[in-house]
Amino acid sequence: MTGTRNEPTTDGSGGTVPSMLEVSDLEHTYTGQQEHTAIGGVTFDVRAGQLTCIVGPSGCGKSTLLRCLASLIRPSGGEVRMHGEPVRGVPEDLAVVFQDYGRSLFPWMSVRGNVEFPLRSGNVPKERRRERVRQTLEWVGLSGAERKYPWQLSGGMQQRVAIARALACRPALLLMDEPFASVDAQTRFELEDLLLRVRAEQDTTILLVTHDIDESVYLGDRVLVLSETPATVVADLPVDLGNERDQIGTRESETFVHLRGEIARMLRGGGGHERPGGTGTTARDTGSETESTSEDERADAEPESLQVEQGSPAREAAE
Amino acid sequence: MRNAVRALIGVAVFLVLCEIVGRSGLAPQRYLPPPSIVLTELAELLGERDFLLDVVATVLAWLIALGICALVAVPAGLLLGSVPLLRTATTSLIEFLRPVPSVALIPLVVVVSAGSPSGKIFLACYAAVWPLLFNTIYSTGQLDEQLLESARAFRISRVQRILRIKLPHVVPFVFTGLRLAASTALIVLISVEMLNPGSGGIGSFIYVAGSGAGRMDQVLAGTLLAGVLGYLVNAGMSGAQRKWITWAPSGGTT
Repeated sequence: MTGTRNEPTTDGSGGTVPSMLEVSDLEHTYTGQQEHTAIGGVTFDVRAGQLTCIVGPSGCGKSTLLRCLASLIRPSGGEVRMHGEPVRGVPEDLAVVFQDYGRSLFPWMSVRGNVEFPLRSGNVPKERRRERVRQTLEWVGLSGAERKYPWQLSGGMQQRVAIARALACRPALLLMDEPFASVDAQTRFELEDLLLRVRAEQDTTILLVTHDIDESVYLGDRVLVLSETPATVVADLPVDLGNERDQIGTRESETFVHLRGEIARMLRGGGGHERPGGTGTTARDTGSETESTSEDERADAEPESLQVEQGSPAREAAE
Repeated sequence: MRNAVRALIGVAVFLVLCEIVGRSGLAPQRYLPPPSIVLTELAELLGERDFLLDVVATVLAWLIALGICALVAVPAGLLLGSVPLLRTATTSLIEFLRPVPSVALIPLVVVVSAGSPSGKIFLACYAAVWPLLFNTIYSTGQLDEQLLESARAFRISRVQRILRIKLPHVVPFVFTGLRLAASTALIVLISVEMLNPGSGGIGSFIYVAGSGAGRMDQVLAGTLLAGVLGYLVNAGMSGAQRKWITWAPSGGTT
């Protein structure tokens, strides 16, 4: 299995974990009749092997951010580096999974055709391609479905195909744009665990964008919280839940409940200014904790990477 | 299967009614021959070399016209569908040319083509190209941006995106357009053949049989054959569409 992996991932095995992705001051403004700044200066790093979740309110520019990272949109400002190199065009060892499987799988291709599709542009010989497809479908639990067409599969299975298609390239970095937002809750749990399993087996670096706070905490090694549009990074929170996660156990654990509450308050308050009375259900375990404690904890957690972005002076100070 | 039986029953009932009307004496049998006579005549005609040559001439012109239509309309439709600027620039021209009845162009084309089949093929193309062109333009415009973006995310080149995403995407719509084009082309071909009997074909046969000898049985036999040809091509194409284009309901207007 390791033999089929691409070279670029091997540089993640060094003693110090290098940066897979460095994003600095990324900005994007949609021009046109209504000028709209979707992201306004986003800075963060992703280390190799990390699963980073980006969570933010709906319509805050998460998808724009992800498209900029994948070079599908040319950002109007800032820089994206992958493996230390500035990104120009979609990088070779990057793959994207979009939210809407119904609109990203090619309906006229079989499951095999879809998964094989990205490999055809590379110079992978046919037999290797077939083997890769078989193996990748096995990872996502779709062995034997090669000849089926997307419309013959359930939504969850279609999204598995989309994930397999991305993994078939053996990407060093996998970008996922709300990948589980279009499936029902049960399927979503299955797919989340599938992602964690594949990720543990393949050691892929994953950057996942979601609007679901629980999902971001459950999946992530780290959660980046975005503000409302124009999006900036409000907080960078490590998730200390270990590598073994369980849909029931993990979601009941104190760390989980605490973190999701903290993020929820940040999102509701539009970046940290929450109302004192606005505890709601999420603050059950934190009980009498107030804003100041959660601020302290955030600062304690990872002081260097904490970026409370309130404009460029703060960013400059952080750098 | 049950539907096929029902359809056949419908046809049989219709033929019996025609037979009754034909034999009832409402009109002289010479002018309105009953189906039994027409069918016998058709069977005889199918054994005649001259008639078969006429049939071949029409069918061949038909296939060539459809082929040219596809070669012109599909690439043009892909181009116009992909480049909004071009589409805007050509819309008024297309909207002007489209309603021109191709039958009105017959005198002009007959003079220019001097009796060769190229004239009727041109006119059939002129009439039939529009549904195909519009279906292609429309479906190209309908292509979900997300599909193209997915392909871009996998570093698929621009040319490959056209060949492997846009082209397969428009195929169901092209198929439907081709079916519409086929019936239009057949109507125009036979009209042109009738107005220009020197060019041969089923239309000329019908015209000659009707005007000279007044053989209404032959006229109806030729008409029936043309109808059957049209039906077979349409049925064959929708069958192929159902069999091969499983991912999409028959696209566009049917």
